[in-house]
Amino acid sequence: MPGMYRDRLKKHRLSFQRRVQLVSAVLVNGYAIGFAKGRIFTGGTKAVCVPVLNCYSCPGALGACPIGSLQAALGSAGHRFPFYVLGLLMLFGVVLGRLACGLLCPFGLLQDLLHKVPVPKLKVTRKIDRPLRWLKYIVLLVTVILLPAFAVNDTGVNPPYFCKYICPAGTLGGGVPLLLTNPSLRALVGALFSWKALVLVVIIAACVFIPRAFCRYLCPLGAFYSLFNRFGFYQMKLDKSKCIGCKKCEESCPMGVEVTKDINSVECIRCGKCKEVCPKGAVTPVYPLSDSTSKKQKL
Amino acid sequence: MKSKRVLAARYGLLALGVLFIAVGILRREHVDVLQKAVMICLECIGIG
Repeated sequence: MPGMYRDRLKKHRLSFQRRVQLVSAVLVNGYAIGFAKGRIFTGGTKAVCVPVLNCYSCPGALGACPIGSLQAALGSAGHRFPFYVLGLLMLFGVVLGRLACGLLCPFGLLQDLLHKVPVPKLKVTRKIDRPLRWLKYIVLLVTVILLPAFAVNDTGVNPPYFCKYICPAGTLGGGVPLLLTNPSLRALVGALFSWKALVLVVIIAACVFIPRAFCRYLCPLGAFYSLFNRFGFYQMKLDKSKCIGCKKCEESCPMGVEVTKDINSVECIRCGKCKEVCPKGAVTPVYPLSDSTSKKQKL
Repeated sequence: MKSKRVLAARYGLLALGVLFIAVGILRREHVDVLQKAVMICLECIGIG
């Protein structure tokens, strides 16, 4: 009996990924009073962007959203080159790459949990999946860079187009809690909120059926980090001498990466699922100085 | 050869990122980020 109990506990123990995701979500949104009082944090830490998609208008947010900040900087008067935000994004890209998506992003955590809803899952064929993945780069280029930099509205302002019309993290993390707790904001709700709520519902539904649907097809931050995935400090390594070609890694990958062919694909979010399921321990993470690690192992 | 190129790109991008941050701070861009982030962004929450 104690053995059975221990097995059941083991089965329900949170994975390393889930624990890190939860800690990150709490750290990034640690201003708990904000949720209760319907107001946002106004401290100095908001001068620094967090490495994940987390709306700075979320009542709990302690840092700035990098995508929101980039749009604001590009659309500011004078159209100055956004050195600071771009520098932070590059730093996050090189040091973390898409590890930020797999382990740190609260919206990634939400997508992982949504995919646990017990309904039949959708298998997107490669023919549809491949071209759809380019969509996130278009979203990055058009709605985060070009439109906020050049498209001025009637009032002479460059709106943050991604935040305004697409971002589900802003609607869910910022819009919903603020509108629930702040009556003056609730009085201003109109057609735009209906649109954003619709986008959020569609994305949530997609994530129930397709693992990490938002990360795969729409997230501009993931698109930016993916450019650094092959150069980043954190890499994955497949030991081909140990690999038996069972493809369990590819079946378990939420991003549909062909692990045995291209383990450090731009789509890899470093969630570690492939490592977890490999029966031969052929998949290993390499961070940060791969050469010294392998030399030590040889010795 | 390939790994040397990867290492060069890795450290080159890291240095460029740090340089950009330093230039941004000198231009007080972090203050702009703070000013934007401490106000409720009406567009972000679907109102503005």
